[in-house]
Amino acid sequence: MITYILKRLAIAVPTLLLLVIISFLLMHAAPGGPFTQERQLPPAVLANLNAKYGLDEPLWRQLVSYVWGIVAHFDFGPSFIYKDRTVNEIIAQGFPVTLTYGTVSFVVAVVLGVALGVSAAIWHNSWLDYLAVGISIGAQVLPNFVMAPLLLLTFTWWLGWLPGGGWEGGDWRYMVMPVIALSTSFMASIARLTRASMLEVLTSNHIRTARAKGLPESQVILKHALKPALLPVLSYLGPTFVLMITGSVVVDFYFSTGGIGKSFVDSALNRDYAVMLGITILVGALTIFFNLVVDILYAWIDPKIRY
Amino acid sequence: MTNLFDRGMHMPINKLLLTTALSLGLALPTLAANVAPGDTLADNQDYTYWLLDAIKSMDPQINTDVEGSGVLRSLFEGLYDEDQEGALVPGVALNHDLSDDKTVYTFHLRDNAKWSNGDPVTAQDFVYAWKRLADPATASEYAWYIELMQVKNAAAVIAGEVPVDDLGVKAVDDHTFEVTIDAPLPYFPKMLTHASTFPVNQKVIEANGDKWTEAGTLVGNGAYILKEHVLGEKVVMEPNPNYWDNEHTIIQTVTALTINDQNAALTRYLAGELDRVEIPAGQYPRLKAEYPDQAVSVPQSCSYIYMFNLDEAKGPEALKDVRVRKALSYAIDRDIIVDKILQGGQWPSYNWTHHSTEGFQLPDIDYSHWTQAERDAKALELMKEAGYGPDKPLDLTLNYNTSESHKKIAIAVQQFWKKIGVNLTLNNMEWKVHTDKMQNQDFDIARYAWCGDYNEASTYLDLFTSYSGHNNGKFFSPDYDKLMKDSKTAEDPNPMYTAAEQILADQMPMAPIYQYTKVEMIKPDMRGMSLNNLMQNWYIKDMYRVAN
Amino acid sequence: MTDDMTMREVKGRSPWVDARRRFVRNKASLGGLVALILIAIIALFGDSIAVWSNEEIDFNVMGQAYELGGPSIENGHYFGTDDLGRDLYSRTLQGTRISLMVGIVGSFIAVVVGTLYGATSGYVGGRTDQAMMRLVDILLSVPFMFVVILLLVMFGRSLVMLFLGIGLISWLNMARIVRGQTLSLKHKEFVEAARATGVAPFTIILRHIVPNLLGIVAVYATLLVPEMILIESFISFLGLGVQEPLTSLGALISEGAKTIYYGTIWQLGFPLLFFVVTLFAFFFVGDGLRDAFDPKDR
Repeated sequence: MITYILKRLAIAVPTLLLLVIISFLLMHAAPGGPFTQERQLPPAVLANLNAKYGLDEPLWRQLVSYVWGIVAHFDFGPSFIYKDRTVNEIIAQGFPVTLTYGTVSFVVAVVLGVALGVSAAIWHNSWLDYLAVGISIGAQVLPNFVMAPLLLLTFTWWLGWLPGGGWEGGDWRYMVMPVIALSTSFMASIARLTRASMLEVLTSNHIRTARAKGLPESQVILKHALKPALLPVLSYLGPTFVLMITGSVVVDFYFSTGGIGKSFVDSALNRDYAVMLGITILVGALTIFFNLVVDILYAWIDPKIRY
Repeated sequence: MTNLFDRGMHMPINKLLLTTALSLGLALPTLAANVAPGDTLADNQDYTYWLLDAIKSMDPQINTDVEGSGVLRSLFEGLYDEDQEGALVPGVALNHDLSDDKTVYTFHLRDNAKWSNGDPVTAQDFVYAWKRLADPATASEYAWYIELMQVKNAAAVIAGEVPVDDLGVKAVDDHTFEVTIDAPLPYFPKMLTHASTFPVNQKVIEANGDKWTEAGTLVGNGAYILKEHVLGEKVVMEPNPNYWDNEHTIIQTVTALTINDQNAALTRYLAGELDRVEIPAGQYPRLKAEYPDQAVSVPQSCSYIYMFNLDEAKGPEALKDVRVRKALSYAIDRDIIVDKILQGGQWPSYNWTHHSTEGFQLPDIDYSHWTQAERDAKALELMKEAGYGPDKPLDLTLNYNTSESHKKIAIAVQQFWKKIGVNLTLNNMEWKVHTDKMQNQDFDIARYAWCGDYNEASTYLDLFTSYSGHNNGKFFSPDYDKLMKDSKTAEDPNPMYTAAEQILADQMPMAPIYQYTKVEMIKPDMRGMSLNNLMQNWYIKDMYRVAN
Repeated sequence: MTDDMTMREVKGRSPWVDARRRFVRNKASLGGLVALILIAIIALFGDSIAVWSNEEIDFNVMGQAYELGGPSIENGHYFGTDDLGRDLYSRTLQGTRISLMVGIVGSFIAVVVGTLYGATSGYVGGRTDQAMMRLVDILLSVPFMFVVILLLVMFGRSLVMLFLGIGLISWLNMARIVRGQTLSLKHKEFVEAARATGVAPFTIILRHIVPNLLGIVAVYATLLVPEMILIESFISFLGLGVQEPLTSLGALISEGAKTIYYGTIWQLGFPLLFFVVTLFAFFFVGDGLRDAFDPKDR
């Protein structure tokens, strides 16, 4: 097991490096640079800027010094657009925000999703089942960029219950709408997955045996059915968690939460090379990490799996 | 009820000052927040306004955008400020002398100006800031501005050819600041309200490096100090007790909220979270009907055009024919664009310079008087002469960058031009790509807009000179160049500007579309919003709320 | 489309007949299939009753969408108009066509690439298999949405780039699933027999392995389509979707959602209806197919 983890971690480094190189080259291949403006800069001014930010160096050297900065000093460089800030600062400000509402949304999605899925499976083909399936598909197909303005209209404009945006250090009133907007579709996917896998487990032999032994249904479900039923769900959760963090562009856009989702899209559009690379690395590392966590959990829950 | 626009118009010239502090003090000519007679101040003097995007920098010499300049005008103060109508009023400088050859400006600074840490503001601070703006080591994106101001040696300093100390600025003594410029520049003083010319505190910058603009560290000489700056969320400012005129600052807490979605911002305004917000295109008439005392539309110094690519090598052959260019321009129904798409009182445009620009006289442009039917008929005729028509269509591509209103205008123009036999392909690109293609002449027709840097026609007209760095359509006219060159030294340049506009109308290197207005919702109890300032340079220290 | 394929392919083979019987018995899936066919018919042939084309501007309505742009039979705007006065009926139909195309082509790319890759990897086995699967692992840790955004930003917006971006990464899971299935197939007698008679490995993969995977592939392909449509809608929201005057359901919804504050509810409602029904239908059909092919139920 330990060797397996080490192996996986060892491969993570070249993976990230590859990711950096590809993103870096893509970025530089794009038309325009960080200082391309509607009002074109005179050559001398542009030359000064390029010199200051090292953009006059050959590409490979920029890449090497960028990677070296990260490895040696954990320094992701300065932002080319938000010139008062370094990438480390931008991420240090935005990531905790995204992480907070992302985690809350994740917990909400998992708890509600599993509950909905399990109930639907237990009362298979009842009105509850149909309702659950309807809700979950409905929630899955309603894009969050539709939901966000609807939430804003309802809670801020009509009811006046919640502030329309901002973060204020994570005050709960500022978190309600982001969490609803972000968690709903994931909740739906989790519910659908849970229901399908629960249905499968409930018809399996070992559940039949458990029932035959005369155990009460609640015992059967909690003790014997739930764990195997959640296995396929678990493998979905790793990528989901990362998606919740990266898929937060819409939330940042509508609710001005100031998270890194919006920062990423902005940095790509503004050619803010360092910020874009920094966030890509962060998200890549998170993806690798959570995939690994899921695999370990998998092995821990299901002893039949060996690495 | 009158709207704010009217109220602004009737603002009395000699404003009576009503605050208690003031009635005891001396009435200086330049007081902030001049409360109009009959206005009673409200108890609540907090002001919250909208920012589309995060503020990119709080450093005057680094900042590049309009929203940032708004914040900087509160945190810093330059030589001159602007009043409600856009006229210059003393800032740190009380007045200036001009040498006989009109190239040396000597500014006399007030002796009571202080930094927010209590240090006096001196001429050395300006010298430091201006050198910093030009210094290659600062690498300011607005370094070109000091070149535009023609400060002596600016271009050479920027290019690294001469040392920074050779820049034509000098502190004669603590309160006398001297600037030498290359050639007479009638509008030089008007350029001094720009944020990149604001002084900065050398001591603080040297102690803190790039971090000096953080809240708590930032030291300014403006009416406000930076309390909090959460990137992409908000900026909070409070009055600066060391500001020389702090006793007349009325607004107590200023909050600027970043909201990326304009519609969301309007919703939050209507929910009472904001005091000032821009109205999305097309929504003004309905909001005006519903909130007549809050919806405002005032001229803003920007001009919107479709630029034709006349480049020898890369421009399409058809566009080199002036008849085609004219036909394309004629066929655009500007009234539809203004009245049905933008709907915010924008000005249908048949020329380049914003019509409200100070001193500017429009030439008599023939097609601006025609009906659209006449224009369309003429356009068809010209296209036919040039060898095109509905049976022999002309294929062109229009580049525009991502934005709801650019898109709408482009779609409408596509339909207008269909009538004269032009198959227009729309090519929407994100902003950087659009700009890059434009600057490399990789386009047929491109959307373009220009906002004046100062309230004078040359800020527009210089763009179409052959030596301009922004003439992306590569329109060259020796007559035009000569006019613009001569205007620099002319006693009254305005007739030359009119003649230059006439050349543009005859040659049509671009199709003018509309001139901007600022279309906003403003809470009815807000005063001192500088709505009649064409440059939209407002100062929060001039604002106040009245009790209704 | 995928359904047709499976149906044709299956003639005469009993597991496929079973599957079809099970699928037809599933009312939700059958309903989904009917809905899909209906949507496809409307999208393809609905233009014949349209009064306006998808790009024409009705200058009588332009700029007064709220007052005059509502759905109306009289002026030919059955679904109302957008802010510019363009007919939403023909735009919705045209958007549906683009969205369906993005979904189907996108998942088709994923299916072809994923199936071939997974089958090869599983069939060849050994070090090749390990290397190929490692590559999939690596690519899976690339933040997917980021790359799509990057591609569109870097190389301009076009349908091709959209397909490429979406197709490029969505084949990964497909490859994993197919590989797993191939591993269990490769020691079946008919494969061993083919190998013994000297059939080339690639021919075995194409002739013997892939046809036996079609069931599971069909299921995943059907479920991929709505995902693709959702991704496209997100990309449209970011303003990186198809070029005007073309549109997609995602673009229409995103525009409609932005003007929802101003009471022009039909601008969101009609495209959203098509969007939701299409996705619902694909999910139901996909679920039905999965149940139909599920060996445990046999």
